[in-house]
Amino acid sequence: MVGQVIKVGIADLQFAKSPDVLRTSGLGSCVGVVVYDATLKMAGMAHVMLPDSTSAKKSAFNPFKYADTAIPLLINTLLEDGARKFALKAKIAGGAQMFSFSSSNDMLRVGVRNVDAVKEALKAYRVPIIAEDVYGNSGRTIEFSPETTRLSVRTVSQGTKEI
Amino acid sequence: MSFIESLTDYQIDTLKEIGNIGAGNAATSLSMLLNRKVDMHVPAVRVVDYNEMMELAGGPETIIAAVFLRIEGDAPGNMFFVLSPEEANGFVKQMTGLTEFSITDAEPNDMALSALQEMGNILAGSYLSALSDFINVLLQPSVPLLTIDMAGAILAEGLLELSQVSDYAIIIETIIDDQEDHNQPIRGHFFLLPDPDSFPKIFNQLGVMDK
Repeated sequence: MVGQVIKVGIADLQFAKSPDVLRTSGLGSCVGVVVYDATLKMAGMAHVMLPDSTSAKKSAFNPFKYADTAIPLLINTLLEDGARKFALKAKIAGGAQMFSFSSSNDMLRVGVRNVDAVKEALKAYRVPIIAEDVYGNSGRTIEFSPETTRLSVRTVSQGTKEI
Repeated sequence: MSFIESLTDYQIDTLKEIGNIGAGNAATSLSMLLNRKVDMHVPAVRVVDYNEMMELAGGPETIIAAVFLRIEGDAPGNMFFVLSPEEANGFVKQMTGLTEFSITDAEPNDMALSALQEMGNILAGSYLSALSDFINVLLQPSVPLLTIDMAGAILAEGLLELSQVSDYAIIIETIIDDQEDHNQPIRGHFFLLPDPDSFPKIFNQLGVMDK
């Protein structure tokens, strides 16, 4: 059974059912968040850039960009589509620091803050994180199969692994 | 509405001139460094969403060598000098005479990386000093950092400041290359991304603020 690859862009949110897979490319400090219902073989993937929507400097912003707004949308949409709340689980990857500036600029530590914000948002919905591949200083491309619930993580230096 | 979505043609032309002046000066520096003729292309000012920006560098998963620096001072922003691995190898060969290496090796040659970093230093420094003179504001570059990784992962770092204000980025893109040797082309892209608050300052300094 060969499904489609559904691409998730930057500051984007997409959903898939088996045999389709979800894929996002080139995660740096951004975090890829997968929430899935393993029995129903359905999943959603968000590619969040920033931790906190209260930092948005305009009122009409893209809610997929921020951890605190993308994750509620991700979970609620799955529930509307029939996923069961008790069955939801999460896998996350990303949050790297691509450049090691010594600057005091908080923006450059955004990877760590993104991971913290994602974990906090998932915790608020009591969705357990089953696996994670976070931090470090490499870009990642991730692909999630709702069929197997495996998340493959590829980096330039270390090849592909599955979590 | 954010001014990013409402730039006038006149303002876009002004931004192109910034790309001209900066990259022109950088091309001169590179020409002296390599002792060969280096040309620059007509700059492009692009208003793109984040995903389109990744496509400018060949797609989010494409491996690139990028020298990134943060511009501090009166008109802050981010700058990238982006090369494909082949282009980066070409530069290093020209500068060092090294032949048996690739910057995408698992353990890249230290001298190759150092040469590339230094070239990024020189080019970004000359771009910015020309820019600083032109718009008559103080611009201080951070120490440039070299990274070789996926384009999406690298370029997203330059969008963070911007992304709090807009879903679009204004990119001033200039390509420099040499016409001399088509077997070993020397070519690279500058991407200048002023912070959102810097645009009014730049336009004010140059007298093209329309409000």
